[in-house]
Amino acid sequence: MSRPDQATPQPSIWPESAHSLEEAEQGHSLWQDAWHRLRKNRMAVFGGLFILVMGLASLVGPTMVTHGYQEQNLELRESPPSAEHWLGTDKLGRDLLARVLYGGRISLTVGLVATAVSLTIGLLYGTVSGFCGGKVDAVMMRLVDILYALPFTIFVILLMVFFGRDIRLMFLAIGAVEWLTMARIVRGQVLSLRKQEFIEACIALGLPLHRIILRHLAPNVLGPVIVYSTLTIPAVMLLEAFLSFLGLGVQEPMCSWGSLIKEGAEIMEEAPWLLIFPGSLFAMTLFSLNFLGDGLRDALDPRASKD
Amino acid sequence: MALLKLSDLKTFFHTRAGVVRAVNGVSFSIEKGETLGIVGESGSGKSVACYSLMGLIPKPPGKIESGQALFDGEDLLQMSEAQLNRIRGRRIAMIFQDPMTSLNPYLRIEDQLIEPLLLHGLADKHGARKKALEMLEKVGIPGAARRIRMYPHEFSGGMRQRVMIAMALITEPDLLIADEPTTALDVTVQAQILELIKSMQQQLNMAVIFISHDLGVVAGFCDRVNVMYSGQIVESGHTDAIFTHPSHPYNQALQRSIPALQAKGQELFTIEGQPPDLTRPVSGCAFAARCVHASHACSQTSPHLECVDEGHWSACLRVQQHEITLAP
Repeated sequence: MSRPDQATPQPSIWPESAHSLEEAEQGHSLWQDAWHRLRKNRMAVFGGLFILVMGLASLVGPTMVTHGYQEQNLELRESPPSAEHWLGTDKLGRDLLARVLYGGRISLTVGLVATAVSLTIGLLYGTVSGFCGGKVDAVMMRLVDILYALPFTIFVILLMVFFGRDIRLMFLAIGAVEWLTMARIVRGQVLSLRKQEFIEACIALGLPLHRIILRHLAPNVLGPVIVYSTLTIPAVMLLEAFLSFLGLGVQEPMCSWGSLIKEGAEIMEEAPWLLIFPGSLFAMTLFSLNFLGDGLRDALDPRASKD
Repeated sequence: MALLKLSDLKTFFHTRAGVVRAVNGVSFSIEKGETLGIVGESGSGKSVACYSLMGLIPKPPGKIESGQALFDGEDLLQMSEAQLNRIRGRRIAMIFQDPMTSLNPYLRIEDQLIEPLLLHGLADKHGARKKALEMLEKVGIPGAARRIRMYPHEFSGGMRQRVMIAMALITEPDLLIADEPTTALDVTVQAQILELIKSMQQQLNMAVIFISHDLGVVAGFCDRVNVMYSGQIVESGHTDAIFTHPSHPYNQALQRSIPALQAKGQELFTIEGQPPDLTRPVSGCAFAARCVHASHACSQTSPHLECVDEGHWSACLRVQQHEITLAP
């Protein structure tokens, strides 16, 4: 589709309206263009599919398998993979397949919820800070700097120790730590956007502030935010695994991939499948998320978009 | 009564480097249907003056120190955001310099066009769409009906500026502020856009404040011209008078710097020196240091605009006292 700037020699002679005959062409939004680019990226597509399958499996999987994740069979302790137990059993004779699927459910939920928490706080905080500017911005960003300086793992550990090991608390704690970078990214975006003429044009058109932010600022900030979110999910999952590995994560008989890896690592010489299966699934999921995030970044990169 | 009467506007920016006196006591008025040009070099305060009118000055660091801008008898500078929002976009519209960044890349042209109409309650959705298409045809977008549902990145720079003009004029405002609307466009498109603004102005009987540093464009486009230097108006008058009887050495020097008017092979005329640092208060005339006609008195006494001829004001002491006459 070529769009030459067809010079109308005398703009005072306006073309006769012929719009009843013509069909309005639906333009391609930047989102559609990005989607198009993303689909061409094989690794990203593979990553996205893998996450979808993994998500579905951990959603419906635990109800499909014949053994419950907490069902013990002490006669079949640490048995290797078999027809009865596809991935083998752990030291209490629980079916590893059921536990891996259930653990995936916990791990993915932690990833999603904590990212959602950090996204909400970060978006609000960053937008306000970037849009208000001046002293408000300075104070808000110094607060972020201070929070950055706190050793965050210790912060999370302290929370767990004081308030007990509650999984909801873990969502909150990780989200509360991860929002800092999000706030900075959003602030940077808003800062550069509000200097753009279309935001000034919005003010000059008499648009109220909330409408400018929601309708004009938000979609323009969304690109980098989506990218960063996809990259936050694996970071959060890793953090959860780390906490579980330290024994501060989910409580028995519940499990996450992190706690499964921990159990597996303890007896990896006698029963290596207990480490291999959850470990490789976890690694694959992290890889997929990172590939998807990278693909999204390439697809949404404003420099790559036609202008 | 004048449509807009601006008096003694002072807009300062309080920065770490000091107080920048971007606009320092500017007064002008504009009648219905009139075209007023504001010329001056970069940093002379021409844009800041108009941004102040629209409430577009970022505060802080900007601050409007004094002034009154009576638009239809109401002071724009005293209004709350909500009061301003009823006037901005509806009665006063603005177009900007860079068409590449003045449209939201994520919204369809149509949705951006109908926004001011819906916002100010001037039409329902159906009516607004019809009006948007009409407007797009008026500004000369070929195949407007086919292209109205497209996105800004599918339009060229000149087309986007047309869309911007359509968006600014869709509410049929009384006053249009055009901030260097053709600077980012190439010369052929420039002429079309000027032509377009002119014809829209005649149709709507709209007043236009035209900010530019291109004297040639201003000469052909405006009824009256204000020449600004270092935050102040140094000369004001009808376009003919400004160009045939320059009454301020700065205006004279500006015109002599137009390359097209100079003989080939000669070195181009330039104004010696630099514009003054706006953070330092100047005693006397701000242009004195660069002025070939400057006398001792020029660096002592602050000049004010005075009538030197009918409808022609100058802020040059020596012209006011008939000590010098300037040739174009």
